[in-house]
Amino acid sequence: MSADTVSVTGWGRTAPTAARLVRPRTYEEAAAAVRDCGARGGIPRGLGRAYGDAAQNAGGAVFDMTGLDRVHAIDADEGIVLCDAGVSLHRLMHVLLPLGWFVPVTPGTRYVTVGGAIGADIHGKNHHVSGSFSRHVLSLELLTADGEIRTVGRGTPLFDATAGGMGLTGVILTATVQLQPVATSLMSVDTERARDLDDLMARLTATDHHYRYSVAWIDLLARGTATGRAVLTRGDHAPLEALPERTRARRDPLAFRTSRLPAAPAFLPEGLLTRTSVGLFNELWYRRAPRARTGELQRMSAFFHPLDGVPQWNRIYGRGGFVQYQFVVGHGQEDALRRIVHRISERRCPSFLAVLKRFGDADPGWLSFPVPGWTLALDVPAGMAGLGAFLDELDEEVAAAGGRVYLAKDSRLRPELLTAMYPRLDDFRALRAELDPRGVFVSDLARRLNL
Amino acid sequence: MKDAFGIPQSLLVLGGTSEIALATARRLIARRTRTVWLAGRPSPALEQSAAELRGLGADVRTVPFDALDPDSHETSLGKVFAEGDVDMVLLAFGILGDQAHDEREPINAVRVAQTNYTGAVSAGLVSARALQTQGHGSLVVLSSVAGERARRSNFIYGSSKAGLDAFAQGLGDALHGTGVHVMVVRPGFVRSKMTAGRPEAPLATTPEAVATAIELGLRRRSETVWVPGALRVVMSALRHVPRSLFRRLPV
Repeated sequence: MSADTVSVTGWGRTAPTAARLVRPRTYEEAAAAVRDCGARGGIPRGLGRAYGDAAQNAGGAVFDMTGLDRVHAIDADEGIVLCDAGVSLHRLMHVLLPLGWFVPVTPGTRYVTVGGAIGADIHGKNHHVSGSFSRHVLSLELLTADGEIRTVGRGTPLFDATAGGMGLTGVILTATVQLQPVATSLMSVDTERARDLDDLMARLTATDHHYRYSVAWIDLLARGTATGRAVLTRGDHAPLEALPERTRARRDPLAFRTSRLPAAPAFLPEGLLTRTSVGLFNELWYRRAPRARTGELQRMSAFFHPLDGVPQWNRIYGRGGFVQYQFVVGHGQEDALRRIVHRISERRCPSFLAVLKRFGDADPGWLSFPVPGWTLALDVPAGMAGLGAFLDELDEEVAAAGGRVYLAKDSRLRPELLTAMYPRLDDFRALRAELDPRGVFVSDLARRLNL
Repeated sequence: MKDAFGIPQSLLVLGGTSEIALATARRLIARRTRTVWLAGRPSPALEQSAAELRGLGADVRTVPFDALDPDSHETSLGKVFAEGDVDMVLLAFGILGDQAHDEREPINAVRVAQTNYTGAVSAGLVSARALQTQGHGSLVVLSSVAGERARRSNFIYGSSKAGLDAFAQGLGDALHGTGVHVMVVRPGFVRSKMTAGRPEAPLATTPEAVATAIELGLRRRSETVWVPGALRVVMSALRHVPRSLFRRLPV
């Protein structure tokens, strides 16, 4: 088991802190690492895709769980996999697709671990149908602060605290996950444009239930009557008969094909993403999208994970890094959403990766983010003048509308707002106080927000 | 913890009555800072500063601290760090002295040097070790353009700041990669009670402007901050002016 003191950040590359990075290779090593982690505690970390400080622990230990990455068992009839928490969704896709199974939920990157997917209770384009990741987790094994390994089943308080619990209840070692059957590795995608925010919301409300997967890319730099214009891409797994005859795709319908460009260079200057450059990009993106197109066949990687095609894309924001802001407001709070979109648009935030989605039913995780309603996610360079105060104002709007921000993406929320956003926070704190009285599991996020 | 913009939640000010420090604290409290420790010699002014910051909604406590008594630093600052993480230490104490008078009374000159330099070396090292243990935090050191090149008119103060500046730069390099960020702030002439009654130098600035620059420096994780920014250029030119000419300059 190796251990080095290194500077650690999240995917947004803000607020670096130093920690001892410990990489356990066996469950025994993991248990020993938890027992010996010292006064400043430890926190599990997967592939580091959380944007903020969720998988950092200043002055303490960070458990790099990617060394525990075995797929233990696959039930190819029932579609159930038992694997280590350090296994990435990328790996699961490679292993499972040839067997006709797909992960039940995938976020915008497949380079997340199963443990991270549970810890952040991630959601994907199918949330309105399939809920968040934890809905498909049948059970998990959790290494708790006492160094013991517990089997945690669905419906227990410990499960609900762990799903979305940001790694603060313990280290997930393995998980048993129910999979989604697929006939091919291609997606059948419908694309359409929405001319403004109201048009977009109307389309999502009217027809989202026809699709398993749905998301809208929204142009937050468009102003005036075009405010909130968007490109909707919605679809489902393509059935075998949708694939054209006598093609490579038809001969090998379950092959998982991806393509990758070279990684973004390490030392890009700041200031590449300005209002002008992003505005131009957004304009082109919107214009090149068809007004309406149905049944286009796309690779899974292109449909779900376009950004994974550029390794280390987070470097394009330069050394100052970036902030991702994602919130959800409930149904009936459309006015709050409109106000926020208008404010962002008026503020001219250079955001080129904004995504709007309509969530379905919530899952029981106490700190799980999704609730039924509208979620908007946007990236902004951290160096934008006045961004901190501006996002604070948006927080107020979100909280007033009964909404919340996503902890896996947070790097700057004011702690006072957290209880209003997550009403089960007191239960979470009480469970942790009982399960982990010495406070072994702690992260920069937990310190900052007093979780 | 600091947020994505480098704004601390807890702040320790060494030199709790410094106008620059208080302007900075006010700015940071308006953003995120909730806990403030004001360290300084016990005085009504220190309590008054604390009361003012409390009025802004922060939890403010005062700590007895004397730059001239390095033996006590370990104990007095240790108490603060024992109470919880400190996200930012602002090393703001310093005295200007009176150049003409101090040239005649060397003991006074030594007091300037001991406050500004040796006191800061001790407090800086004590703070740095505590920050390194917690694995994060910013140590912001108030240096001065006066330390960039000694001037006839205030070389006693200037030399003490030159020592402090070099010390802080070295400390920043020593702490690179430990999660601790050291930022050296070099203001020009700052209009404050410390400089009241003195002839104003060109590019004079205010405590509020220095506070703004500090907030920006925290966000950028800068290692050196000049206030105003134009001084960076001016001083890099002045640094190369020949001595014979420099001593005749009206600066």
